[in-house]
Amino acid sequence: MARVKFLCDADRCIECNACVTACKNEHDVPWGINRRRVVTINDGKPGERSVSMACMHCTDAPCAAVCPVNCFYTTADAVVLHSKDTCIGCGYCFYACPFGAPQYPRVGNFGSRGKMDKCTYCAGGPEADLSQAEYVKYGSNRLAEGKLPICAEMCSTKALLAGDGAIIAEIYKERVTRRGYGSGAWGWKTAYKETVGI
Amino acid sequence: MLIKRRDAAARGSRLQAVAAGLSSGALDRRTFLRRSGLVAGGVAALGAGTLGSVKKADAIGLIDHSKPAERKKNICTHCSVGCTVVGEVQNGVWVGQEPAWESPINRGTHCAKGAAVRELVFGDRRLKYPLKLVNGEWTRVSWDQAVNEIGDKMTEIRGKSGADSVYLLGSAKFTNEGAYLFRKFAAFWGTNSVDHQARICHSTTVAGVANTWGYGAQTNSYNDIRNAKTIVFMGSNAAEAHPVSLQHILTGKETNRANVIVFDPRFTRTAAHATEYVRFRGGTDIAVIWGLLHHIFANGWEDKEFIRQRVDGMDAIRAEVAKWTPEEVERVTGIPGEQMKKVAETFAKQRPSTFIWCMGGTQHTVGTANVRAYCNLLLATGNVGSNGTGANIFRGHTNVQGATDLGLDIGTLPLYYGLVEGAWRHWSRVWDVPYEYFQSRFDEVPAKGGRPARTRKASMETPGIPSTRWFDAVNQPADDVDQQDNIKAMFVFGHGGNTIPRMPDSVSALEKLDLLVVADPHPTTFAALSGRKNGTYLLPICTSFETDGSRTASNRSIQWGEKFVEPIFESKDDYEALYLISKKLGFADQMFKNIKVTNNKPDAEDLLREINRGGFSTGYSGQSPERIKAHMANQGKFDIVTLRSNASEPGFGGDYYGLPWPCWGKPEIKHPGTHILYNTNLHVKDGGGTFRARFGVVREEKAADGTVTQVSMLADGSYSKGSELTDGYPEFTLGVLKKLGWDKDLTEDETAQIVKIGGANPDSVGWAVDLSGGIIRVCLDHGVLPFGNAKARAVAYNLPDPVPVHREPIYTPRTDLVAKYPTRPDGRQFRMANIGATVQKAAVDKGLAKAFPIILTSGRLVEYEGGGEETRSNKWLAELQQDMFVEINPADASARGVRDGGFVWVSGPEGGAKARVKALVTERVGKGVAFMPFHFAGWFQGVDQRGNYPKGTDPIVLGESVNTVTTYGYDPVTGMHEGKVTLCQISAA
Repeated sequence: MARVKFLCDADRCIECNACVTACKNEHDVPWGINRRRVVTINDGKPGERSVSMACMHCTDAPCAAVCPVNCFYTTADAVVLHSKDTCIGCGYCFYACPFGAPQYPRVGNFGSRGKMDKCTYCAGGPEADLSQAEYVKYGSNRLAEGKLPICAEMCSTKALLAGDGAIIAEIYKERVTRRGYGSGAWGWKTAYKETVGI
Repeated sequence: MLIKRRDAAARGSRLQAVAAGLSSGALDRRTFLRRSGLVAGGVAALGAGTLGSVKKADAIGLIDHSKPAERKKNICTHCSVGCTVVGEVQNGVWVGQEPAWESPINRGTHCAKGAAVRELVFGDRRLKYPLKLVNGEWTRVSWDQAVNEIGDKMTEIRGKSGADSVYLLGSAKFTNEGAYLFRKFAAFWGTNSVDHQARICHSTTVAGVANTWGYGAQTNSYNDIRNAKTIVFMGSNAAEAHPVSLQHILTGKETNRANVIVFDPRFTRTAAHATEYVRFRGGTDIAVIWGLLHHIFANGWEDKEFIRQRVDGMDAIRAEVAKWTPEEVERVTGIPGEQMKKVAETFAKQRPSTFIWCMGGTQHTVGTANVRAYCNLLLATGNVGSNGTGANIFRGHTNVQGATDLGLDIGTLPLYYGLVEGAWRHWSRVWDVPYEYFQSRFDEVPAKGGRPARTRKASMETPGIPSTRWFDAVNQPADDVDQQDNIKAMFVFGHGGNTIPRMPDSVSALEKLDLLVVADPHPTTFAALSGRKNGTYLLPICTSFETDGSRTASNRSIQWGEKFVEPIFESKDDYEALYLISKKLGFADQMFKNIKVTNNKPDAEDLLREINRGGFSTGYSGQSPERIKAHMANQGKFDIVTLRSNASEPGFGGDYYGLPWPCWGKPEIKHPGTHILYNTNLHVKDGGGTFRARFGVVREEKAADGTVTQVSMLADGSYSKGSELTDGYPEFTLGVLKKLGWDKDLTEDETAQIVKIGGANPDSVGWAVDLSGGIIRVCLDHGVLPFGNAKARAVAYNLPDPVPVHREPIYTPRTDLVAKYPTRPDGRQFRMANIGATVQKAAVDKGLAKAFPIILTSGRLVEYEGGGEETRSNKWLAELQQDMFVEINPADASARGVRDGGFVWVSGPEGGAKARVKALVTERVGKGVAFMPFHFAGWFQGVDQRGNYPKGTDPIVLGESVNTVTTYGYDPVTGMHEGKVTLCQISAA
């Protein structure tokens, strides 16, 4: 079974926000909830870089570890999903998540925030695949249709990659070899201390 | 203690920020602005979500997976890249948007705007039915009533003030067929005051580039930039304005290790991906280019053979360039000499090099001259007419190229035939309507203001008023406007009201108009800006997703879009609206003589066929609906770099994608289109070409001693591959064919048609007016181009400043340079006075640069487009950018006590104009420079005008327009406004 992943090539990301609106369009995510967002550092200065962020579908997901009602589960493709029927809106997952992925329809304490919402890797939820019930709670289920997440599919510069971790790593490796400088992968600099030329 | 408190505060804000859907930590344009925007009342109300579900069960967008969905293709309605949009349609509803993998242009991808286009077709903020303003109240009327009243009023105004008093403003969002029909409508109405967004976008490019080598369009393509080794952007922020083009550019950068050099006063997002960023003072482009050429000529890096064979007049450029020493360039532009030398060497030596520009180059009082300077840099280094080179002009709107080609222009009929008698006679033949009819429709103008009277025929051949000056033609005394009367009515199809400078003047003009018609999917700023009480009509027009038709992308490829769904609400497409109005005005039967009309709906394919029949001059003749539809159906068969399909493909084998114009001759001869203009490496039947012989074959050159010599302007030993003429040659006419003995190759039928067109003098019939297409066909058979083979003109003898010279902007902070580099003297252009020099002198004399010390420039954001009414009404886009802002340098901000995120007043030097916006303190702009995006409207000088919109049609996000504070200044060749350099002062509000 594939282990699906997201990878954002920061040398390619131009902060166009196609990933954000494509997600909104696909799932009709309401105003104020952002399953995906683009973060920019050094805005307006040399070294400005952007990266598109969403739920990273962690192998050992901290959100699942802290959830008091155990609403998270990992699919066979390694997508981390949750059940909105079980969720009590406590907000623990939000504290645990290093990426700020969990979103709530309201600002408030504990249960008054409403059911948590986050990126589903376009894989729906626990309801039957492609059912109306699933769509209403989680948005569409592209994986069930044999498609990949819409954010990556529509990325203007093909910076955001999604798919089997082994395959996208190969695509990315090839790209880095071809362009012959550093790596635009987020965190590369911290990990390997290489200077990223611009 | 303190540390703990700060800690707690930080944690608290992080929680709130993220809970509200924000990223934490990093402060950028989006986070800081959105934070404040979210608490705003009207906007926050949208955030109320239902517990547990992302959407309501009855909302649109749910695909029924048990039934098949229809898959349809259309083109994104935003920028000019031409991304294919794939829509899934069920039960007549557009339910899903899928990636268009097979398109060689976008390969499935979109930017924020393209990925959100589905919203346009169920957006509840669209105009739903025709509206009329009655004593200040918007009142619903029927289409019949609206069309009747508009028609009657137009006729009444025409009777009193003449045809020219109705201003026809068209759109770059029209399909080709819509644009053509609108131009045709103007001809039947009897005015040349018909314009669209190209005026304020690339009019100077079209004029400057066409006057250099023949056609005013992008020479290569987005895809071809993959071949470049050096890519220069000047006044183009493609990462925001043309995001999908970056896919090709970044691939080129990676695979060729290409140099990406960005010249811009602002460190743009494009600059963030460059290998070299050059900051310079806005409005000094010519000095920059001459500075680069100075190094190139001084070191002998120019392409001498290319110049000898294919360029005329480079010595005159050399003489001007000699004045621009590195020291003078640095004094004027601010760029250090070393950096200039490095860039010049890279551009000249690491070829192929391409030069990309946008409105940073064109929107200036010297716009046309800027563009010609860019062309000269390309010509001097031999970077035109081959892979990876060229003037890659990124046009702005989805179909601004097509709308320009099809004549939404005050100076020409469709396809650049001009306004001369021959042009009118050509289109009269194509339209099958007598020439005399059109003549009778134009105004007779009495002598006034010291100018002689004008006959109907002269009016027909006199360019109209540019869209940048329409309000002057309303406000100024009638004697100053060179037509029968002032403008009394505006007829606006798909054009924003906030994209042209000097908005306080347009407000007063709007209030004076007798009639204002806005035909658009949205009410636009025109409807809300002024205090009009009556005489205003809003007609709901559908988007291009709700109609059929073709669009021309920036690279000249023509793509067919098919209707996804029927027009929503009571909206109609442009074709039907124009048909109804021309029917009311009494000329529909003539105007639609050869076009099928069913149930008031003109047929888009028939319109394109009529364009094909008359479009020889620009090679719009070969793209029949059948051919371009075959391309859309087989997009995946075209190569992503060459845009060409395999020769073995049945029906479209060997074609370039979208048959980029010129696609010579009739569709039957199957010319493949032209991917790269002026490319001598290919046979003309494979899309090869030469520079166009548009300006005669010889010119006179006066030496210093007064002797006059004749200089040939034809190419010298350069010709396209396989040409039977191995040297330069003039444009073809029947007479030229006869001289070569090629006239025997014409069929009898072709000869008969040419003779009929020529009347007494058939030999003078040129290739462009030969409706048989015979001359073109014979030329191609002999491997030559019908438009001739000349040298490109480094010097445009027919334009002001034949050799481009640097001129300071009208409102310049460098008043010390005005004496040496003044703007052009006052003059009259396009029926109006252009008093730039007077304004500049007054600004200097009054010392305005002291009171307004900051340079104000403007530009695009990725989320919005144009005037922004459409995109600011789109909830998915509006959420991303909720506030109008001004970028200000930290040094300027701290000197003024301006806080990041706080409100400021930006005031302009004319008439006390001011705008209340938020401050974004950033090093993106240099010290002494401020930037504002131009997509906002709905606030005017601090007043919220939301109540002026018809109920339920107000865009989600409103804001001040930058053009409230922009100022006077017009290019003498095209009337382009100065949109990129003016002065302002900023103070905390």
